[in-house]
Amino acid sequence: MADTSHGTGGLSFDKSKRAWPNEANIFIALICIIGMFEILGQLLPYMNNQSFLFDTKDRFDSVFNEARLKIIILQVAIIGIIALGVTQVIISGGIDLSSGPLVGAAAMIVMSFAQTELVNGNPNPKAVFGDWAFDLPVLIPVVVGLLFGAFIGAINGSLIAFTGIPPFIATLGMFLVCRGIAQWWTRGQPVSFPTESFAWLGSGMMPVIWFLLLAVLFHFILRFTVYGKHTYAIGSNEDAARMSGINVKRHKVLVYMIASMLAAFAAIILSSKNLTAQSGMGQFYELFAIAMAVIGGVSLTGGRGSIIGTVLGAMVFGVIQSGFTYVKLDAFYQLMAMGAIIIGAVVLDQWRQKQAAARA
Amino acid sequence: MENDIVLKTEDLTKHYGGVQALEGANFELKKGEHVAIMGDNGAGKSTFVRQITGVEQRTRGTVWLYGENVAFGGPLDAREAGIETVFQTLALADDLDVPDNLFLGREKTRLDWLGPFRLLDYKAMRRATIEGLEKTAVKIPNIRNTIRNMSGGQRQCVAIARTATFHSRLTIMDEPTAALGVQETAQVENIIRTLKEQGEPLILISHNMRQVFDLVDRIVVFRRGRICANLDIKNGDITGEDVVAYITGAKTQPEYQEAA
Ligand SMILES: Nc1ncnc2c1ncn2[C@@H]1O[C@H](COP(=O)(O)OP(=O)(O)OP(=O)(O)O)[C@@H](O)[C@H]1O
Ligand SMILES: [Mg+2]
Repeated sequence: MADTSHGTGGLSFDKSKRAWPNEANIFIALICIIGMFEILGQLLPYMNNQSFLFDTKDRFDSVFNEARLKIIILQVAIIGIIALGVTQVIISGGIDLSSGPLVGAAAMIVMSFAQTELVNGNPNPKAVFGDWAFDLPVLIPVVVGLLFGAFIGAINGSLIAFTGIPPFIATLGMFLVCRGIAQWWTRGQPVSFPTESFAWLGSGMMPVIWFLLLAVLFHFILRFTVYGKHTYAIGSNEDAARMSGINVKRHKVLVYMIASMLAAFAAIILSSKNLTAQSGMGQFYELFAIAMAVIGGVSLTGGRGSIIGTVLGAMVFGVIQSGFTYVKLDAFYQLMAMGAIIIGAVVLDQWRQKQAAARA
Repeated sequence: MENDIVLKTEDLTKHYGGVQALEGANFELKKGEHVAIMGDNGAGKSTFVRQITGVEQRTRGTVWLYGENVAFGGPLDAREAGIETVFQTLALADDLDVPDNLFLGREKTRLDWLGPFRLLDYKAMRRATIEGLEKTAVKIPNIRNTIRNMSGGQRQCVAIARTATFHSRLTIMDEPTAALGVQETAQVENIIRTLKEQGEPLILISHNMRQVFDLVDRIVVFRRGRICANLDIKNGDITGEDVVAYITGAKTQPEYQEAA
């Protein structure tokens, strides 16, 4: 066969030709945002030259303001766990709006199986079930929570895969169903006083450890397993995936199940951290999780994004939230600004896609 | 049923609601034979392909592959039965690179007991991709590029390489050279000639009269969902004008009168 200009010699695996990763842009954005708050802190008259990032108190001998950093990562860790699942759903071309209410419902159910019998020597005032449900091994509430998540996810996934209802509508319905379950479970009463072993799951920096462990696990799964490849393939071109022999319906069910199980796991950690479960828990979490993914470069049209991106997106999200508090922006302005940032991230993604389309 | 018949369809029919996209197609392909399907836009050529390859479920009719009555539940079944197809839509995942697309749905894996979480053997797939592309002399500057960043012709090359890399019992190409330049078209035609030398049967859908006359043994003409002619072109008494007459409806072979 003729060897022409770029002939067979061009059939290479050339690492140097790999494109600049989108994750690097997000990392740069993260640095810029931190720098921006640092400068704001110096400029704003009412800030008294506090530093956002660095430790300015003489009493401590650390370089960074560790307390603030800890709060930032602790704040994003639990929503970040949800975002890991939402990332997979969005990459597969879907969306999941039910994760926030699912956190509320799962927390209520889980906590009911994690209660301790005696609180300071007195019977548990918040007992949901009878004696049999007290002081169960920690595995039981965890498994119950994950099963509940899997069940909700299976319904989401089946509705979307088999009836063709758009993911937006199916999960919006589930949003209300889960809020209903959360309130119905105890007729609105909070559930409290978990066992020590359950309380350990979300104590201290444990949420961050879970978040990082799960992030590593799912990074690996998305990059190196058939499940991951098919998730990207379905989000890229569903018809092509089907014609290539992928069982698209079954795969979608699996993706939504994993996403809901991650949200349920977030509920376990959150209720353990707070030592209580309330039906209203997880408000806005579905939107914040989607925001983390989108800020992290996960494309709402599917097919593109990564766990690393979402982790960076979560950090950006946490830094912005913490920075707003740092510059003493009121909570309602914070919500408005967050909304604007989410819209901005989507606009940026669409602009990037147009650029890419124009190049091709 | 005789064993030298690769593919046979009887009364193969597909209706989309009220649209009769394919009506009563009786088609036969012999061992080692290369057949072209021609016909105007919307004549039902791609529909015919989709019924054979399990992409869609037919309304009516029977399909035999190597004498075996087959009813594929999905594209994977057809592929496992040895049918390799270049679809007109190419069926590529835009955000994946070349090896990913070549092996999509039949990845080389390790630790298969992990089920859906079994590990991808990237190295082996990359090696097989380079070998496959070299064998077919398809030119792609960098196989790690995503399909999104490729030209239409390069995309088509990837789709063709996908069918040519795997051994098959029947190859189907739906307008494989539609977006290709002169050199690339020649290359695809060479791939088809290689298949002919190896005795692998092929169904080629094409609007390119010169190409069809160069490459195949027989032309089957579709018109408005029906087969209207079956033309042996090896002995040279059929001309391009004859074929055009069948395509446009100026002529219909007597045995296909109901298609007129
Ligand atoms: N999914 C579908 N739903 C409804 N009608 C369809 C569908 N797919 C194809 N058709 C119709 O069936 C007819 C045959 O289409 P088909 O794609 O087989 O044509 P074709 O011969 O491949 O044409 P071309 O040369 O343009 O590729 C057309 O009238 C088309 O509009
Ligand atoms: Mg067609």
